[in-house]
Amino acid sequence: MFPPIPNPSVSPEAAKPRFGEKDILRRSASEVTPPAERLTEVAKLIDVSKCIGCKACQSACLEWNNLHEEIGFNHGVYTNPMDLTPDTFTLMRFTEWVNPETDNLEWLIRKDGCMHCEDPGCLKACPSPGAIVQYSNGIVDFQHENCIGCGYCIKGCPFNIPRISKVDHTAYKCTLCSDRVAVGQGPACQKACPTQAIVFGTKQEMKDWADFRIKDLKSRGFENAGLYDPQGVGGTHVMYVLHHADQPSIYANLPDNPRISPIVDAWKGVTKYVGLAAMGFAAAAGLLHYVVAGPNRVTAEDEENAQKLTEGKGPPSAPPPASPSGPAGHEGRAT
Amino acid sequence: MNMELSRRSFLKTSGAGIAGTTLGAFGFGEAEAAVAAFIKPFHLANTTEARNTCTYCSVACGIIIFSKGDLRKGEKADIVHIEGDADHPTNRGTLCPKGAALRDIVKSETRLTQPMVRKPGSDRFEPISWDAALDKIAHAMKHDRDANFVATNKDGVTVNRWLTAGFLAASATTNETAFATYKVVRSTGMLGFDNQARV
Amino acid sequence: MTNSWTDIKNTDLVIIMGGNAAEAHPCGFKWVTEAKANRGAKLIVVDPRYNRSASVADYYAPIRQGSDIAFLMGLINWCIQNDKVQWAYTKAFTNASFLVKEGFEYHEGLFTGYDEEKRDYNRDTWEYEIGPDGYAVVDDTLTHPRCVWNLLKQHVSIYTPELVERICGTPKDKFLHIAEMVGECSSPTKTMTSMYALGWTQHSKGAQNIRGMAMLQLILGNIGVRGGGMNALRGHSNIQGLTDLGLLSNMLPGYLNLPVDKEPDFATYMSTRGFKPLRPNQMSYWQNYRKFFVSFMKSMYGDAATAENDWAYHYLPKLDVPNYDILRMFERMKKGEINLYFCQGFNPLQAFPNRAKLSEGLSKLKLLVVMDPLQTETARFWEDHGVYNKTDPSSIQTEVIQLPTTCFAEDEGSLVNSGRWLQWHWPGGSPPGEARTDTWIMAQIHLRLKALYARDGGAFPDPIVNLNWSYKDPDEPTPEELAREMNGSALVDVFDPNDPTKKILEAGKQLPGFGVLRDDGTTASGCWIFSGCWTEAGNMMARRDNSDPGDTGAYLKWSFAWPANRRIIYNRASCDLEGKPWDPSRKLIEWDGAKWTGYDVPDIAPTAKPGDVGPFIMNAEGSGRLFVRKMMRDGPFPVHYEPFESPVANVIAPKIVGNPVSRVFKDDWKQFAQTASPDFPYAATTYRLTEHFHYWTKNNHVNSVLQPEQFVEISEELARDKGIALGGWVRVWSMRGSLFAKAVVTKRIKPMTIDGKIVHVVGIPIHWGFVGAARKGFPANVLTPFVGDANIETPEFKAFLVNIEASAGPAVS
Repeated sequence: MFPPIPNPSVSPEAAKPRFGEKDILRRSASEVTPPAERLTEVAKLIDVSKCIGCKACQSACLEWNNLHEEIGFNHGVYTNPMDLTPDTFTLMRFTEWVNPETDNLEWLIRKDGCMHCEDPGCLKACPSPGAIVQYSNGIVDFQHENCIGCGYCIKGCPFNIPRISKVDHTAYKCTLCSDRVAVGQGPACQKACPTQAIVFGTKQEMKDWADFRIKDLKSRGFENAGLYDPQGVGGTHVMYVLHHADQPSIYANLPDNPRISPIVDAWKGVTKYVGLAAMGFAAAAGLLHYVVAGPNRVTAEDEENAQKLTEGKGPPSAPPPASPSGPAGHEGRAT
Repeated sequence: MNMELSRRSFLKTSGAGIAGTTLGAFGFGEAEAAVAAFIKPFHLANTTEARNTCTYCSVACGIIIFSKGDLRKGEKADIVHIEGDADHPTNRGTLCPKGAALRDIVKSETRLTQPMVRKPGSDRFEPISWDAALDKIAHAMKHDRDANFVATNKDGVTVNRWLTAGFLAASATTNETAFATYKVVRSTGMLGFDNQARV
Repeated sequence: MTNSWTDIKNTDLVIIMGGNAAEAHPCGFKWVTEAKANRGAKLIVVDPRYNRSASVADYYAPIRQGSDIAFLMGLINWCIQNDKVQWAYTKAFTNASFLVKEGFEYHEGLFTGYDEEKRDYNRDTWEYEIGPDGYAVVDDTLTHPRCVWNLLKQHVSIYTPELVERICGTPKDKFLHIAEMVGECSSPTKTMTSMYALGWTQHSKGAQNIRGMAMLQLILGNIGVRGGGMNALRGHSNIQGLTDLGLLSNMLPGYLNLPVDKEPDFATYMSTRGFKPLRPNQMSYWQNYRKFFVSFMKSMYGDAATAENDWAYHYLPKLDVPNYDILRMFERMKKGEINLYFCQGFNPLQAFPNRAKLSEGLSKLKLLVVMDPLQTETARFWEDHGVYNKTDPSSIQTEVIQLPTTCFAEDEGSLVNSGRWLQWHWPGGSPPGEARTDTWIMAQIHLRLKALYARDGGAFPDPIVNLNWSYKDPDEPTPEELAREMNGSALVDVFDPNDPTKKILEAGKQLPGFGVLRDDGTTASGCWIFSGCWTEAGNMMARRDNSDPGDTGAYLKWSFAWPANRRIIYNRASCDLEGKPWDPSRKLIEWDGAKWTGYDVPDIAPTAKPGDVGPFIMNAEGSGRLFVRKMMRDGPFPVHYEPFESPVANVIAPKIVGNPVSRVFKDDWKQFAQTASPDFPYAATTYRLTEHFHYWTKNNHVNSVLQPEQFVEISEELARDKGIALGGWVRVWSMRGSLFAKAVVTKRIKPMTIDGKIVHVVGIPIHWGFVGAARKGFPANVLTPFVGDANIETPEFKAFLVNIEASAGPAVS
């Protein structure tokens, strides 16, 4: 057992955040001076092979973050809601997969949510200064007071994670419970997880723990068990242990080789931090009325420029051609 | 009330030889005065803790209830959060999807808050005072017991049973409540007495 | 549980059958994942559905619901045939060598003594042969044809892998694979643990399902050892405690039982409760029954219970039938024989079978009293909710009083977990509005009733007016007072019977444990098995030292476990005949030459020499029972019986419908579908989802979000046959009612071939109703049959027949 993190303290002294503005590594649409010393990188490890799909993580996330999801409908599957929403930061996705090699049914259950990329596409795509920050421990967090609700973060995200609230028209996603991590706790989902399919610690500890788990899986015949820490986005601070690490996409379309859309790179390459990024704008266009006036306004002209810039490039949502990803020794599946 | 929080003393027996995360010592440096509106304030600060047990299944996970207000000081206590107790040998701080949402069952909109009565033939509940409700119950019991109590069976054996009333006890109450319930119900001679163990 | 949740980490093989631990007990299931990760343990799941437990299993096999006994007898047969028996254990620690009386026989599904009309047995021959010395006759060579071992061997011999496949639908190769994995645990250094729950109890032969596995565990030598045992996962947070405290129609606290009409006086009652040892030197701990009983009566009636009045024996009601269980009560309610009914934190309208019958019963009550923290369907059974609860309130004359109670977060006290740990908890919130504790309400009812009887007299007031109620504030006894009372205390100074000058207990002091109880009225104890929970050293249930010497998972200083703080019961059986652990790497206790020592409280007298006293000290035999004598109504060995509603006839006894001794009320027979009925061709089962807790979490928004709308689960094949779309509406109906739900069409359920016939399974999750935050829906009990287990009357919720069709959904009114 990965030893549990001690219970939280309720003393006001212990509740002071141990990281903050001084530890910001990146800030959307802004130049920052990186901190002289980087915090130890943290990571959440999700061991899919230990996950029983109980949704304790979903429940704990709703409770800790005081989120109010709607009571939906059944659509013939166990997954509910059917997708991430501004109130559902994390979601169990269920896949019934028949292993062609054994002809056995495997029920693949993956906890979906923000991967906290080392190279965060959302942040790079974001045109609004300070709406997205990355701390030097790896947490990528949204700052709602700076968010203009343009939705570029969604297009910039190789994992399709952020969602725009219809209530306050800003983008929401998992914060890795930055408020808990700041006081030495793990995220709420990790604390709740009954089987310790979710563990939390330093990124190195999580990699070591993953090795231990992968050895066990290999001993049970899962020859391709491995760690999902995709290098296309510089590695992530949420990682998976997969029994079939050679085929991430069988786990409810987990990208085999996630990369930031070349549009984001291209656009950013040209504009630097002038604050006018644009791509895939249609999705966010309806929200423009809500955008605060100021330098961050995105005009139709900007959009047109963006389109021109990206001409000849692949559609933003399609992953680039395959190249090896994941940890050494675990080749990404060629698509 | 034993509110002393024990120290964790679980042996570090992880197979990979990991002794637990060094998270707490991350090299964050000294906890500095809040740098930030950036990080949401930790909302358990200044709350009162109570050790409790999850109300659902018999795994009996240890939980900590965090409240504004301290019952031990005679204050009203309003529960703000419930999470697993990492010191508990069975659950080690974890909770299932029901346990993780315990706060919302305690504060459910469909909690009952006052005695109610539904009169014969009525299509609604209406409020009734505790005294009136309890008097009504006691009188109904006495009336029915006196009318239907079986002191002896047809062979003349003393059997002292009351068969026209029944009681279903709650298997999520405490042993202490159950014992008080046992005494009260059994003393009346009621035999139709069961709990969820029958299901 | 014989063991504990934390002990599961010590196992080599987990078999989940008759339960779904990952789904229903996720945090306990953690210890399965720990055993897998750290010991290389394997997990087997046998279930009609590939469920959440199966999703992380090493091996899964399907089984038709209601056929578990055939599978289990098949495993026992395979182990015997393949010499996968822990012989030293089986010979010494079970009743394998005991001779059964001449005349005992078994033929085509029935044992000697069956009376078809009474639906009962004359069980006289189901007993040991008793020798001239008064002890049971044994044959240690196991060669006598009437020794239990040979009778067992004979009894299970028909359950071949082929027959298992024919009855259970489990492919032979899968059954054999599992048999081999299980057989490995006959080694003294390998253990298997059985984790089961309502998947075994909710059948008309539920108790025999469990016995089947217990017998297998005995011959594998897996009872009493670390990582072994029979582990009933149990349901509600204190269902173990309420069972321990005897809140059941035929029980007294601590597994004592109520007298019956045939026991007119205390002497007659005690005459069948002598528990004389059946073998020399055996402890037969129930010989102390009288001490437990008298101490209970002193707790209950104080000074009114005297030697002269047989400890107020006549205050206890006597039973004229085996049980006034809930099924019987609703049958009587329907007949107009019940006037008053109390539901304390119980929602029977949802929780018992055949809702139409339940509603009819409730409508005939004069007064229904509901005490609950939450709204329930039962309290509102009269309310019209259209298709979900169609009523005409004006025609229902039942008066309903609904009393608001506190919940766990607002009260203090102890709960018993599945592993028998009594854990104390403290309140963290103020009750809402006028909500009061159940204890206060019960006190108010008692005090008012007592005052009425004291004033006006009436029918036999004695047990009410003399009830021991000496609490500081009679209006609301405190949890501490009640806990101390259950533990028990000395009523006067008590002296050592062997040395009358030696005072062993001081008047008024808490007892250290049940070992000091007396049958002379000098001690009181409300529940003998809890004795030790609140001693002079304080509240042992509140102990919170989580140290675990030896890393055994025992946690002896955490809370208090009954009996006597023992964490694994029958733990003497973890050692061989010399008192050394079968598996030195998993030592629990051992004989050090003079006494038993170790990590757990020994389940044997501390100085009882290993060779002398058998490990099953509660049994008069001193050994575990492969043959259960006359203690169960439906047989000393389990037999495969079909559910009362079955898609096929019983292949081993085609004329027998259901369990031949289950009680069935006349009108209910008419509401059963015929065997292999073309009108109800599908085998249905009901179960709970991990997102929900029974019907409670309808009141919780979060849980309603996680699994929002009622559904049933069917195979892709059945969906295709019936034109049912994924996520489309279906109607499901049985002989008793119908419901609408969405369809989850899944690869996790497959049609099975049973006795040559294709059988489809329809899975029906429970949760929905007409109150709470969740979407309205139908409780599964609109469909289920009104029949229970032959021994304990737990309803047969797990196996019945339905039909299904694609539908447009419920008409919205």
